[in-house]
Amino acid sequence: MSVRSTIASLFEEVAREQGRTLAPLSDDLELFDSGLDSLSFAIIVARLEDSLGVDPFNAAEAVEFPVTFADFVRLYERHAG
Amino acid sequence: MWLWGLMTASRRRPGELESRHASIDLAELAHATSLECAPDQLRGRCVLVLTRDPLTAGLALIELDGLARRIVLWPPDLGREHLPAVMDMAGVDAWVTDGGGGDAAGEHEEGGTGAAFAGGSAAAESGTVEAVVRPSLIPLRGDRRVSHETEWVLLTSGTTGEPKLVLHTLATLTSAVRRQPVPAGPGALQTGPVVWGTFYDIRRYGGLQIFLRAMLSGSLVLPKPSEAAPDYLTRAAAAGVTHISGTPSHWRRALMSGAAAAIAPRYVRLSGEIADQAILDGLRAVYPAAAVAHAFATTEAGVAFEVGDGLAGFPSALIGSRREGDVELRVEEETLRVRSPGNALRYLGDGVPPIRGEDGFVDTGDRVKLEEGRYHFVGRRGGVVNVGGLKVHPEEVEAVINDHPWVRMSLVRPRRNPITGAVVAADVVLAEVAPPGRSEAAPVGRAEVMSAGLAIDTAAAARCGERPPDDVLRREIIEHCRRRLAPHKVPAMIRFVPALEVSGSGKLLRREG
Repeated sequence: MSVRSTIASLFEEVAREQGRTLAPLSDDLELFDSGLDSLSFAIIVARLEDSLGVDPFNAAEAVEFPVTFADFVRLYERHAG
Repeated sequence: MWLWGLMTASRRRPGELESRHASIDLAELAHATSLECAPDQLRGRCVLVLTRDPLTAGLALIELDGLARRIVLWPPDLGREHLPAVMDMAGVDAWVTDGGGGDAAGEHEEGGTGAAFAGGSAAAESGTVEAVVRPSLIPLRGDRRVSHETEWVLLTSGTTGEPKLVLHTLATLTSAVRRQPVPAGPGALQTGPVVWGTFYDIRRYGGLQIFLRAMLSGSLVLPKPSEAAPDYLTRAAAAGVTHISGTPSHWRRALMSGAAAAIAPRYVRLSGEIADQAILDGLRAVYPAAAVAHAFATTEAGVAFEVGDGLAGFPSALIGSRREGDVELRVEEETLRVRSPGNALRYLGDGVPPIRGEDGFVDTGDRVKLEEGRYHFVGRRGGVVNVGGLKVHPEEVEAVINDHPWVRMSLVRPRRNPITGAVVAADVVLAEVAPPGRSEAAPVGRAEVMSAGLAIDTAAAARCGERPPDDVLRREIIEHCRRRLAPHKVPAMIRFVPALEVSGSGKLLRREG
């Protein structure tokens, strides 16, 4: 499964668990408009660390906080690759 | 000392208190009131402030200090099942509600605050006074002279999920605030009105500190309950917020939204969680002109310190010396201890432990580690998880998980997280065979909510003695927890393990840090 599809299915899984309505996942979707809250993102990042083996937010170098869905995917692609 | 007196000291004109729907010119409180009852009806009473809207809570606090014998401040997300115990322990004989109006109307699943008192009529018979506070002012009738040195009671979460009642006074609560309501720093050189903002709810210690600072130094823009950081920032920008505080989790969320750039504060404060270097650097990059400071405080210990050098952790020089404001810090058994005039006085209730040790220090339970001249926070003793500034006691979550028919035992622990500081993780030992009798007792009996279907599936499987697949069980345990716990307490991760380590005395071994 690609990084992108792993992330997309986790967004859906967590949205379902948290009882939140997820906006359609397009590249320019702003994370703030995705329907997910901080706790949802925290869970997504924790589970991605398990499935992809990386936590780009904890990397040694400074992290540009992602604003759109594409930013978020890119951040993981860069570190997972 | 009383709040209105501090607000108007040296002929100072109080500022404004603003929420999403209303803005109150606090100076008008000299001749007006937000309460729909005469002051004398609440005089000398122990008043529970239970409102939906933080604005009405703030107004009630200003009006009740000096009038009530005791104020009990109900936090926004505490379950109403705790009401009778809290009222009893605090000796509540009056309450102030806002009838569920204002900012929070219709946004929560529970009924209005009035309806919260299931035993309302019984309470009325026992002579309890009910008063309503509105997010608007009417002319004051009656006498609001100061007659009491009001006690303030704040609620914090306890190990079992029962809240603890922490007793303060205005003097202890404002001991850090009075010294310097507006923090110094690069921003102090700029002049102009001070407008405070905070992502916190003012009914918990961190938010209350900002409320009190704002009351003594300027205006305050309040968040609405559960308002997302970016939405709040947009309002804060419109109100011209100059000083703003939140947890590292709030700020990470703000930085991830792009809305952070909407405001241009002079002062940015972080507290309530460990501030790591990434978030400090991130804030400095977005707010180059602001002083960025991180503070450490707990409801029991009060404000211990504020660090403004832009580095995570705090200098070891803060330990040992008696500092400004008589705050003393000490590290013992790896945890930070605080002795200061800002310490709470005691817990209310029977059989509660003392807040301070014999040496007068409050043990914060926060573990620190010395590295190259700085102390860094490394977690909490007892495995307490801090999720975005909200404490989770592992025992409470374990009790719920263990109630699931397929669970033999569980260990709940913090897992570091870059968004909320930590999330709840659970290691679960499954039963080989569901114990007889429990399969019917747990999920099916309580299948009041949505996942009844799932629960029945498992119960059926349990009766046949077959364990459902791990994925199904994992989802089901999470759903089982969601039905009974606040969202931040529900495990984000569940790992099935063959066994858990147990000590000689039969207790689960909790690994620290």
